[in-house]
Amino acid sequence: MEHFSAPENRLNDMGAVLPANTVRTMVPQVDVCREIAPAPPRYRNEFAKYVIFRSDACVHCGHCAELCPHHVHVRKPGYTLFAMPKSYLCTGKSCEKTGYYCIDQCPQHALRMVENPMIRALGDYRWPADMLLGTWKMAETGEPPAEEYELNYQTGNSGGGFDRLRFRFPEKPPAGLSDDEIDTSIILNRRDDGRPKIAIDVPWYGGGMSFGSVSNITQLSKARAAVAWNTFSCTGEGGYMERMRPYDGHMITQVATGLFGVREETIQRVPIVEFKYAQGAKPGLGGHLLGDKNTPAVAKIREAVVGISLFSPFPFHSVYSIEDHMKHLDWIKHINRRALVSTKVSTPTDVDMVAVGSFSAGTHIIHLDGGYGGTGAAPDIAKKNIAMPIEYAIAKVHKFLVDEGARDKVALIASGGVRTAHDIAKAIALGADGVVVGTAELVALGCVRCSRCSAGRGCPRGIATTDPELVTQMDLEWGTQRIINLYSAWRKDLIGILKRFGMRSVRELVGRSDLLMHLDFNNDAGVNKTDGPAKSQNASAKGKGRKPKKANTEQKP
Amino acid sequence: MPEKYHISTTPVPPRLPRIGKYGIVDWREDCARCHNCVKKACVYDRHRQESAYLRTLKYSNFLFFECMGCFYCVQNCTKELLALTINSEYENLGNQYWTPEIIQTTWQQAETASVPVSGAGYRGKFAGRGFDAMWTDMSEIVRPTRDGIHGREYISTSVDIGRKPAHLEFKEGRIVSETPEILDIPIPLILDMNPPEFTLPRLEPFILEAVRMTDIIAIVDSTKWPECLNEKQRQRMDAYLPNIAFHLNSEAPEIPKDVLRKTRMVEIPDSDDALDRRAALREAVPGIVVSIRVPLNKRGVDRAVALVDQGADVIHGVADFNGNEINVKNPRFIKDMIREIHTRLINSGARDQVTLIAGGGIALPEHMAKALLCGADVVSSYLPFMIALECRLCSDCKPGLSCPAGLEAIGFDYGVGRMRNLIAAWYLQLIELMGAMGMREARRLRGDVGRAMFFEQMEEEIFGTLFGTRKQA
Ligand code: SF4
Ligand code: SF4
Ligand code: SF4
Ligand code: SF4
Repeated sequence: MEHFSAPENRLNDMGAVLPANTVRTMVPQVDVCREIAPAPPRYRNEFAKYVIFRSDACVHCGHCAELCPHHVHVRKPGYTLFAMPKSYLCTGKSCEKTGYYCIDQCPQHALRMVENPMIRALGDYRWPADMLLGTWKMAETGEPPAEEYELNYQTGNSGGGFDRLRFRFPEKPPAGLSDDEIDTSIILNRRDDGRPKIAIDVPWYGGGMSFGSVSNITQLSKARAAVAWNTFSCTGEGGYMERMRPYDGHMITQVATGLFGVREETIQRVPIVEFKYAQGAKPGLGGHLLGDKNTPAVAKIREAVVGISLFSPFPFHSVYSIEDHMKHLDWIKHINRRALVSTKVSTPTDVDMVAVGSFSAGTHIIHLDGGYGGTGAAPDIAKKNIAMPIEYAIAKVHKFLVDEGARDKVALIASGGVRTAHDIAKAIALGADGVVVGTAELVALGCVRCSRCSAGRGCPRGIATTDPELVTQMDLEWGTQRIINLYSAWRKDLIGILKRFGMRSVRELVGRSDLLMHLDFNNDAGVNKTDGPAKSQNASAKGKGRKPKKANTEQKP
Repeated sequence: MPEKYHISTTPVPPRLPRIGKYGIVDWREDCARCHNCVKKACVYDRHRQESAYLRTLKYSNFLFFECMGCFYCVQNCTKELLALTINSEYENLGNQYWTPEIIQTTWQQAETASVPVSGAGYRGKFAGRGFDAMWTDMSEIVRPTRDGIHGREYISTSVDIGRKPAHLEFKEGRIVSETPEILDIPIPLILDMNPPEFTLPRLEPFILEAVRMTDIIAIVDSTKWPECLNEKQRQRMDAYLPNIAFHLNSEAPEIPKDVLRKTRMVEIPDSDDALDRRAALREAVPGIVVSIRVPLNKRGVDRAVALVDQGADVIHGVADFNGNEINVKNPRFIKDMIREIHTRLINSGARDQVTLIAGGGIALPEHMAKALLCGADVVSSYLPFMIALECRLCSDCKPGLSCPAGLEAIGFDYGVGRMRNLIAAWYLQLIELMGAMGMREARRLRGDVGRAMFFEQMEEEIFGTLFGTRKQA
């Protein structure tokens, strides 16, 4: 369901008089429908936590197929024999408690269930298998994974930060709210400077991934999902592809240190321009595109010579002070009179000073990118060791901006290891207005986090590659739908959290760290905040009164 | 641009089949023999490349040692016959401290001499024990210099060993104060002697060649002189001596004075008469830098500080090979012991004049940078350079037992090349960290805890205000 809207309509949307140079850049825009649609996995054998085996004793009576509500057992029309069970749909051990447990119900005892030993090889501390499986389920169905699956998808096993934070839900929601009374939108321009008060419908937008680092299909899927959810996606450092033009209204042009593909038009055509000072994946280090990845297509868009290695210097060679930074922002604001500017920085020890400096230079959005995220290739030494994890940075910057009286004039956006709706809610409770996500979108597209994106031909699963053969594994409709579904499921999870707190808007959650507890602390500070909810010992952040699950932090991935 | 320190490297491939993290198990029976076998589609061509090797395996587990774990073949197999597993041989590498990840990345660096790079962000724990409980700083806008692409081109990683006078005295425009010899090495790294637990291979000839090529220093047990050089090396002994620091074991035969004079540094074990020995050595070999090796046991920190008080100028504090305080029930980690020595030396006013070398548990290049931030001037290490030769840190490293990695019989070029590559990779990674910090001089890293973040401190300062007191472990 796509339609073209004339540029004039969009002028009204902006509610502002646009300068001629901006109007000149406008092209017809494509709409993308927000609806959830099933987007089943694209591999023949999808991962299953429990695998169902059917033995030769099976007489193909069809009893199991009648019983199982999850459609694990399929006999294709016209066939007498059953196909291989679709184990990934099976809810596993929890089914024992139901009346339809096929393993017990099969009159021939032909079915067997085993825990898939391969699960141990899937995922890592930050993205354990359950989180990957849960994210895939969300991308497939648009719903949070059903409870029967018993997937602990909200927290990872990293043993710190988000993974040790839990919400203190009140025993009973203080107000009975229905889902549609809860607002998840946030405003990205909190300055009264006459520029548009851009609101996004969900408190997140998509992070920058350049063409070259990911495929066209990946980039476009992200952009289209951003359109569907009225949020944003970002070009990344590699320049603005013509194919992104129909989504201009939901794109952020990134101005990074290499200035690849940065031209007046690419700044004028978008509502937000992001200055990337640093990135969490490799804080303090510039990008480096190897010569053989600088293909003719990449070279064209980056306005570079084919085959030579492209370095992005670090940092901006034109910025050595806040005053220099201000000049940069003024430059963008002058070229694009309707644009908001975002300043993306990493998380040094003095991240609070950086943030307040950036605020005083006139940024609309302070985007903190913590060290544990990132999708692009980065030196291993940088991933683990440089800069502070985002959880600390959010709390530190939020507090400092509050103390400086600046907090309500700037949007604080966090990224770098935000993986789930629960992480999003925790980041907001720690003090962010919203977040930027990256890895989770790739996981929705089928990423297994094998981290080989930069090796040889790039991603073997066709996500982070420009190899002409590998990219054909994924199509645009599917990719778009998977991300739309993930966003839908996240929003539901987020609403579930807000509802339990009786909050009508996600904006009420900002900075409410009193609603969080840390499993490694005694949580004996600041308990007597006004309107603080009753303490709950429920350590699980999942909605609907689910039994608290013991946080499993020591399990090896 | 001034001439820059540079290590020329070439890749040195491994001798043995690689031990990868993942393996593919192939349940052969029931295979459909379909013509679209997914094994052909492996982007890395692992199934074909390793089939020859796999055929030679006596037992039938079909493991692919360099499988990248992408699950492509597993998920596309017509009959769901392939499964991916974690290679148990991989999991059994090393010990709690020297994890399989450390061993594998060391192998990779020794092969390629380059900085390991991967995609998809960080995969590990939020924080951990020891060096994993700290992060290094970065700067958004400060660069080592304004020149060059990253400013890295101008980073100096060299450091000094020896006494630095607190001030200079001039008389009629001339320096009259004594200016002791100091020795400068291009990377804050010294190759140490082997820990007693790992005694099997005799690696000195490789080590000494590698340190000569990279112009750093190796500490050599004097009992091994002159066998620590091979025949060919002995013919041009003088070329090696500037990069050797003899550990002058008091029981060993003395090293001839003319040999010692060509070295720049010696080390003596700590003992009651260590300072007298030091004085005697300096008299016999003027200008030589004398380091005192202090085992970091229960008394180690106090002893290091006391020695400096009494006039020692180079202290080499060594923890056990896992970085722990030696023979102590709840040991402190090397980084905390360095911090304490460093702080106490600042308080006594002696810190700037003396050199602190820290050893034990230095396993990765980031440990080098972090140890410096905690207050060391230089680090020492041995095991990574043994791992470079495909050692797995099994516990069979004793005479009479055979080394599963065949370290007794490695070729000279291989041994030297792998060690040199690892030194080069560490050097490049130190530059990455310093570049990110905007630091131009490794000398200035020393003790700059303001450019580091410590887990305990962050938890307390940031989360403590939100969540109160931390639970006792
Ligand atoms: S119930 Fe048992 S016998 Fe019947 S079709 Fe299913 S597996 Fe086969
Ligand atoms: S165990 Fe339950 S969910 Fe799984 S296949 Fe059988 S009936 Fe379906
Ligand atoms: S290479 Fe692996 S980690 Fe990278 S995008 Fe592809 S599946 Fe994900
Ligand atoms: S999992 Fe991927 S890398 Fe490993 S053998 Fe299969 S296709 Fe190749």
